[in-house]
Amino acid sequence: MIVPRLALQSLRNRALTASLTVLAIAFSVMLLLGVEKVRTGARQSFADTISGTDLIVGARSGGIQLLLYSVFRIGNATNNITWKSLEDIANQPEVAWVVPLSLGDSHHGFRVLGTTSDYFKHYKYRHGQPITFAQGKPSDDLFDAVIGADVAKALGYKVGDSIIVAHGTGSISFVEHKDKPFRVSGILERTGTPIDRTVHVSLEAIEAIHIDWKQGIPMPGQSVSADEVRTMSLKPKAVTAALIGLKSKIATFKLQRMINEYRQEPLSAIIPGLTLQELWQLVGTAETALSVVSAMVVATALLGMVTMILTTLNERRREMAILRSVGARPATVLGLLATEAGLLTLAGVILGAILLYAALAVLQPYVDRAYGLHLSINPPTYREWITLGAIVLAGFLAGLIPAARAYRLSLADGMMVRT
Amino acid sequence: MAKHSPQNMAVATSLGGTSDIVRMSDVRFRWPGRRSFSLTIDSFVVPAGERILLTGPSGSGKSTFLSLLCGIITPQSGRLEVLGADTAKLSNAARDQFRAEHFGIIFQMFNLLPYGTITDNVLLPLSFSAKRRKRAGENGSIEAEALRLLDSLGLETEELHGMSTASLSVGQQQRVAGARALIGRPEIIVADEPTSSLDRDRQDAFLDLLSAEAAEAGAAVIMVSHDEALGSHFDHVLRLEDVAVTARRAAA
Repeated sequence: MIVPRLALQSLRNRALTASLTVLAIAFSVMLLLGVEKVRTGARQSFADTISGTDLIVGARSGGIQLLLYSVFRIGNATNNITWKSLEDIANQPEVAWVVPLSLGDSHHGFRVLGTTSDYFKHYKYRHGQPITFAQGKPSDDLFDAVIGADVAKALGYKVGDSIIVAHGTGSISFVEHKDKPFRVSGILERTGTPIDRTVHVSLEAIEAIHIDWKQGIPMPGQSVSADEVRTMSLKPKAVTAALIGLKSKIATFKLQRMINEYRQEPLSAIIPGLTLQELWQLVGTAETALSVVSAMVVATALLGMVTMILTTLNERRREMAILRSVGARPATVLGLLATEAGLLTLAGVILGAILLYAALAVLQPYVDRAYGLHLSINPPTYREWITLGAIVLAGFLAGLIPAARAYRLSLADGMMVRT
Repeated sequence: MAKHSPQNMAVATSLGGTSDIVRMSDVRFRWPGRRSFSLTIDSFVVPAGERILLTGPSGSGKSTFLSLLCGIITPQSGRLEVLGADTAKLSNAARDQFRAEHFGIIFQMFNLLPYGTITDNVLLPLSFSAKRRKRAGENGSIEAEALRLLDSLGLETEELHGMSTASLSVGQQQRVAGARALIGRPEIIVADEPTSSLDRDRQDAFLDLLSAEAAEAGAAVIMVSHDEALGSHFDHVLRLEDVAVTARRAAA
């Protein structure tokens, strides 16, 4: 075929401008695909925040609110659930395990979570990945704390350090549990989930630091020392929320209904995956904006290519006349320019994809560590193939703009070779 | 020796001949749009194998005349036959194909595609005409035929082999263009001032070689030039103004 060969030779003759154009298209394609990867990565990371938990139960409230405070440590619970109700739920035959969560205190802006050691066993993220320890081990003393990776990094803590928990959840707190300091017993691996920003203590410790408190303030003249508290009964009367694992997922809806209709106390149960999706729909507008911006960058690159071809058109009028003189049809001239544009775009798309995968291969471990964002290196998805194909087609079609002009010129020029 | 022909000499000597290569009668053409330049050819005939020089200053309608002859534009009225075919009646695509098969065209300058080798440029018409490709390959490969033509037009093919066209002198470029026009033995060679940028010695040498090759291939040569002194290389010399009447009018 003469047309593709001529187009290739002509492009080779203008190697510098052609390769710059290809590079511009490649970068735009890289951006577009990159945004797509980050988007799916972010969505996945978000959806992967919690897995392996079948239901989350808390005081009656909206599902998203319950998810936000129990999993994302955002906002506060409207009410607690009593220990008795929790035991009632735990005694249901379908329930395999219950992990109670007690929130309400903080440490330098990081939430303190009172829970049981089962938390580390049952809380899973990213397709059932368990929480692992970077240093130290789970608490075995009453005043032991296990901190997330971000807490350790931001505050420079290491195992054995002493920390004081503040009452309330603000980053600056005026009321602290100074009399009962904790010791860092373990630091968790980074997970890319809110666990990284959490201080974990035992449920009993939460009871212990509040034993001499009433209505959110220390009771004057009734302070109980850290040593004294160890001898007391620290069985909690209420918790904030609880994670529930079932023996069989089939029972999920049945138990959810049972909890939602629980007569002794107004409770809510949510299925984490479903509520996560609801929440994503709220924040998902941003991802659409990102996609639109990167699509515009691709359009800009294609526009640059059209400009490049148009500027070379005048000096190529004699080339057109020569081709016409040896019997090329105007359609061949049209096809030549459109093919050039198509080839440039194709080269740009291929190069862009290669650059993206190279960048992913290099940056993926870093992004995972630094942002907890897991970018998967997969071959392009069906949707991405469609996008890439559409870009090549758009490039070819954009090439028709200069091609149509060349077509008109070559008809008007006739046998005249203009210089 | 050049002989200045009366207006209709070429016509008179070949009236009724079936071997005429070109026959035009009452051809009228006007550029569409604002370029209100019109050209009228009452009668123009080229017998097979003849070499004809059309002389005229620039602006005498040379380009329009050649565009009509080669079928790049079509007349609004009149008869225009090439090799017995009424090219004005052909479809656009068929006319382009017709040109590819039967015409070898040499421009005044800038004849070559700036990309591609010398051989690529010579072989270019063969990509558009299977007949010419077949004829060019009759005595070996088409590349060998290209080299033979370049050689017989006076190019040192061994030195130039595989070279890019950008490094050629103007004279060399015109020889490459000549070889491209001749390859595959088309019936008509059309040349538009092909020697205007060469000095006198080189003009003569180029035209001698071109004429010899055209004669060997049995091709007619129709050349346009402002230079009447080149007439010695041709069978007939006609003044373009005697063949084609041009008129310019202000835009309507």
